[in-house]
Order: sequence, then C-alpha cells, then structure tokens
Amino acid sequence: MDILVFAEQREGKLKKTAYEVVSVGRSLTDESNGKLTAVIVGYNIKNISKELGKFGASNILVADDERLDKFVPSAYSRVVSSIIKNKNPDVVLFPFSSMGKDLMPSVAARLGVSAASDCTKVEISDGEIICHRPVYSGKAVAKVSFSNKPAVISLRPNTFSITEKPVSPNITEVEIELSPNDFLTIIKEIVSAESKRPDLTEADIIVAGGRGIGGSEKFSILEELADLLGAAVGASRSAVDAGWRPQKDQVGQTGKTVSPDLYIACGISGAIQHIAGISSAKYIVAINNDTEAPIFKVADYGIVGDLFEVVPAIIGELKNVP
Amino acid sequence: MNIVVCVKNVPDSETRIKILSDGVSIDESMIKFDTNPHDEYALEAAAQLKEKLGGEVTAICLGDDNATSTIKRCLACGADNAIHLVAQNSRMADSLVVAQALANEIKNISFDIILCGKQSSDTDSHLVGGLVAQILNIPCISMVNEISVSDKKVAASRDVEGAKEILECSLPCLLTAEKGLNKPRYPSLRDIMKAKKKEIKRKEIMLNQGGIEILSMEYPPPRNEGKIVGEGPEAVSELIKLLKEEAKVL
Ligand SMILES: Cc1cc2nc3c(=O)[nH]c(=O)nc-3n(C[C@H](O)[C@H](O)[C@@H](O)COP(=O)(O)OP(=O)(O)OC[C@H]3O[C@@H](n4cnc5c(N)ncnc54)[C@H](O)[C@@H]3O)c2cc1C
Ligand SMILES: Cc1cc2nc3c(=O)[nH]c(=O)nc-3n(C[C@H](O)[C@H](O)[C@H](O)COP(=O)(O)OP(=O)(O)OC[C@H]3O[C@@H](n4cnc5c(N)ncnc54)[C@H](O)[C@@H]3O)c2cc1C
Repeated sequence: MDILVFAEQREGKLKKTAYEVVSVGRSLTDESNGKLTAVIVGYNIKNISKELGKFGASNILVADDERLDKFVPSAYSRVVSSIIKNKNPDVVLFPFSSMGKDLMPSVAARLGVSAASDCTKVEISDGEIICHRPVYSGKAVAKVSFSNKPAVISLRPNTFSITEKPVSPNITEVEIELSPNDFLTIIKEIVSAESKRPDLTEADIIVAGGRGIGGSEKFSILEELADLLGAAVGASRSAVDAGWRPQKDQVGQTGKTVSPDLYIACGISGAIQHIAGISSAKYIVAINNDTEAPIFKVADYGIVGDLFEVVPAIIGELKNVP
Repeated sequence: MNIVVCVKNVPDSETRIKILSDGVSIDESMIKFDTNPHDEYALEAAAQLKEKLGGEVTAICLGDDNATSTIKRCLACGADNAIHLVAQNSRMADSLVVAQALANEIKNISFDIILCGKQSSDTDSHLVGGLVAQILNIPCISMVNEISVSDKKVAASRDVEGAKEILECSLPCLLTAEKGLNKPRYPSLRDIMKAKKKEIKRKEIMLNQGGIEILSMEYPPPRNEGKIVGEGPEAVSELIKLLKEEAKVL
C-alpha cells in the first residue's frame, strides 16, 4: 500500500504528531510492501524535513514557499491535494490536531472522497485498511473501512507510539502553483501563548482541576505541580464556566480529548462528559475528598482527601527527591 | 445579513449506548435526542448577528423524525425558518454525503454566512463544516471563539496549539463554532409559542452513495481495575512510588 502522510510543522518546528504519522505510515507500508511519502509544507523548512528520515520517511516532499510561511488553510489544502492527486496514494494520514482538522475536510472535498477522523488504531486486514474510531463520547468504538481511494484518515494525537527507524531520505522539492483564490482566508494576527506549558493535546502529563479547587487564584497550586512535572494544566467544564480557567483548558466532551501518559484529576467528580475526554489517558490519578466520587471508578490510583493537603504533599515529595 | 445554521440532532450526552445484535447500529428506542452542543453556540451567534445587523436566520437539519424537537427549539431560539431534510438511514450517511446534501440545499438560499458547530458530540468527526465550505467554494474559519463582521468581511479568532489566531475572510463564508463563543439563550414561553407558528419546510431527499462502511461497533475495553492508595497526605509517598515503579510514568 502506498501511504502519504502530512507532517505538521509550525514556526519551523516539527510537531510531535509529525513523528506519529510517519511512524504509523512506516509500519503500514512495511506490512504491505508499499511506499511511504511524507509531505511537509511551510517556508524555510528543508532542514527540518530531514529529521523525518530518522523515523523511516524514505521519501520526503517539501513544499517550501514564502506564501506558506503561516498556516493558511485554503493554501495548504490546495498544495496538499495537488500532491495527492499527483502521487495517487492508497492512504493519506493527517494528525487530528487543529491544523489537521482544518486540512482534512478541505482536502477530502477537493478529492471527492470520504474520510475517517480521530482514529486510535489503523490496521490492514485482508489487504484493506481498517480504522478504529471512538464514537458516542467513547462509549463505543466503530471499525470503518473505505470504498473510495485514497482512504483519508486522521490520527488522535498522543496515542500512537513513535518508533525510530533511520533511513537516508530522498528529499524532493515540489513545484507550487498558487493563485489569489487560494488565499480566501488570511491570517491577521498570531499571538503566541505566554505559557511555556505544553498544549493539553500534546502533553505527557496533565494536572487538572475542577469545582473542588474553588477559585481561579487557587489553581496556582496545580500550576506549581504542573511546572514541576513539565505538565499541562487542564480543567473541568465547571471550572471553565465559573471563569476560573480559559475555554482552551477544558477537557471533556465539549472541550478537548486528551491522551497523556498520566492525568491527575484534582477536585473533579468524574461526570460522564468529563470522562469522555480522558478515556484514552494511559494512567489516571484521582484526588477527591468524596469516597463516592465516580472519578474513582475510572482512576488507576486514587487518594481520598483534601486536595489542598494532598497536592502540596506531592509537590514536597517530588522536590525532595533528587 | 442572512445566515444559515447547520444543526445536528444527537443522542443526549448522558445516554447509555446499547449496541444491537447486528453489531453495527445502536438501540435508538431508549435514547433521548438533543441538539448537538456546539450547534447551540452556532445558532446563538447567528441570532446575535441578526439582532445587530438584520436579515434572516435559517436552520437546516438532515435527520429523521427524532430531529423535529431540535428544529422546533432552533425556531424558538432565533431561527426564522427551518428546513428539515429527511432521508433513509441518514444517521449512517458519512460526513461527505451529509455535507453534499446540506450544500445542495444551501446553494438555493441567498446567504452571507453559514454557521456550523465545530464538531458533533456523537461521531465527533469535525468534518462537515469544512466539507460544506469546500463544496460551495467559500472561505472557512473553524473553531471560532469570537466573530466580528464589517464591510462584507469577517474577522474571527480561535485558539490553536500554543497560540491564538485571528483570521479574516470575505463574505460569503462558513464559520464553525467553539464553546465559549457565547452563552446560548433559553427560549422564553413567548418564544416557544411564536415558534409554533413558524413553518418547518420538510423535504424528502435521496442521499449520494458514501465512501465509508461501518464494519462493526464494539464496547471499549474496560479500564484496569483501579485502587485507592490511601487517605490524605500520608498516602502520597506510596502514590509516587506506584507512579514511578508500577506505572513508570514519572
Ligand atoms: C458509528 C458511526 C461511525 C461513523 N464513522 C464515520 C466516518 O468514519 N467517516 C464519516 O465520514 N462518517 C462517519 N459516520 C457518519 C457521520 O458521522 C454522520 O452521519 C454525519 O452526520 C456527520 O457527522 P459528523 O460527526 O461528521 O459531524 P461533524 O463533522 O463533527 O459535525 C460538524 C457540524 O456539522 C453540522 N452537521 C453535521 N451533521 C449534520 C446534519 N445531519 N444536519 C445538519 N448539520 C449537520 C453541524 O453544524 C455540526 O456541528 C459514522 C456514523 C456512525 C453512526
Ligand atoms: C452536553 C454537556 C456537555 C458537557 N461537557 C463537559 C466537558 O467537556 N467537560 C467537563 O468537565 N464537563 C462537561 N459537562 C459537565 C459535567 O456534566 C459536570 O457538570 C462537570 O464535569 C462537573 O465538574 P466538576 O467535576 O469540576 O464539579 P463537581 O461535579 O461539582 O465536582 C467537584 C468535586 O470536587 C470534590 N472536592 C470538593 N472540594 C474538594 C477538596 N478540597 N479536595 C478534594 N476534592 C474536593 C467534590 O467531592 C466533587 O467530587 C457537560 C455537561 C453537558 C450536559
């Protein structure tokens, strides 16, 4: 099977999802004796594209153009879909990141094919590609296949493992045709987040707080723990709706779906809509003063107690250990 | 300012999902259906733009008879007109097919803005908005949390990984709504009574053939049995030990 993957970069830095899609693409092509092509789009990115070779990207197509410096959805979609039309792969992989969420529908519509989003597993069975997608807030998993070519698929970030498989890649620059029509949307302004903490969808560890925190200033205790662990800070909907945290911190059905190695829920009861966002977390720790809180049913480890005593104790313990 | 809002009818978030013996569909007899949460933000944004700039709001929904209550709610919450597209087995139709059906109907309407939710809460594809925009060949700004309209132009902001972006495009365009864009209103009794007089245009349509086949549905594997490590700060040492040695995540 010939597989084409979209390797995301922003500001000249490859995103973690770029390694994830390349790793998945590599293992699927190896299994089916196919060819793997990684596509990277941006400006002044030839250098970083090489890094993808470490994960088995044997062919790398670079779309390098000043007009592609910032992510303009319509222009990127035009470039990526013309590459796909030209290469005619069997499968196309995107990350289910903000960029992937913009690109995939636009590319699929240009190709006139259906797509499968937010997949947590992709396998080949009897020569067919099959995707596993959590649906109904994670209450079921659907397996879907494609009757159109290419199969256009996006992968849930932080869910697939990254595997090193060094090759020396063929790097080719593609010719770019863009017209003013491809710039229907323009970027007026990009304000980088002040926080140095990782994004929720990319973080290995998340420290999250709910109504039990009791106020915006009291989140500082979670921030301290998060910074000690290099973690992101998340919040329940109650904490967001109370105005204690910004919307982008919300985890759950109407917030973000996260897949960290470790999710530490502090003062969160564990409502079904919150659990919907953390079911692909590898380990869940719950700190709650109510033994009956439903969060303990999904937590791997729980501590019953006042979070304002337990969290400082964790911070103390972590600081003590060299 | 004429605005079209795409609204999906979805199982309520508390609903228990029971997979039927055919292995591909769910038991809908027990399910309470509701408006897709993100579509409420889309509809509220449309209602507010109309109140400011005039014009009409049309709600459009592809769905079965379960969708009627959702459509009525739209009419009570700011929509002037509603179109109910009805097709066989529309819940299984894939996102491209749904987008083609919506676009095919919307192109007959004179609109300035199409508003969608950023994603549906049942199948979470995050596709239909972007597909409709591309099919109609109009600009699209997704996941917006602020909208301002002036001079035939829209500026909208959104949060992406590590940054806030402000994008701009000309009208007509499509926007998809993020939670936090506004606070959706509750309809008053008067709004509900007034909505009863508004017409729902019901249209039976044929859907295109899709490119996705649902092979099976399964329950997710249960999470490992968890344990309570202990009570209060005394349990912390043990927790850290488990995270380091058993889970190996620290
Ligand atoms: C178990 C299962 C698995 C599925 N897997 C896939 C799959 O892998 N790929 C695929 O293409 N389809 C799939 N479908 C079908 C598809 O999800 C839905 O049928 C279709 O309605 C689109 O939903 P969505 O999740 O893509 O919507 P999204 O793209 O997440 O919805 C975004 C917005 O589009 C608008 N919208 C969506 N649907 C409608 C509607 N019916 N009427 C009006 N506005 C609407 C709303 O504004 C909504 O907020 C699956 C369906 C089921 C039941
Ligand atoms: C359509 C829909 C979508 C939704 N989407 C989301 C979503 O995306 N994300 C989300 O989170 N919710 C969502 N919700 C809301 C959800 O149903 C719950 O209301 C919400 O998750 C509760 O937040 P919470 O756990 O912080 O608050 P609560 O349920 O009030 O829980 C607070 C917990 O803190 C504990 N506590 C209090 N003080 C302390 C202390 N000092 N030490 C330790 N523990 C303490 C309490 O025992 C309690 O368990 C949605 C709801 C609906 C209807």
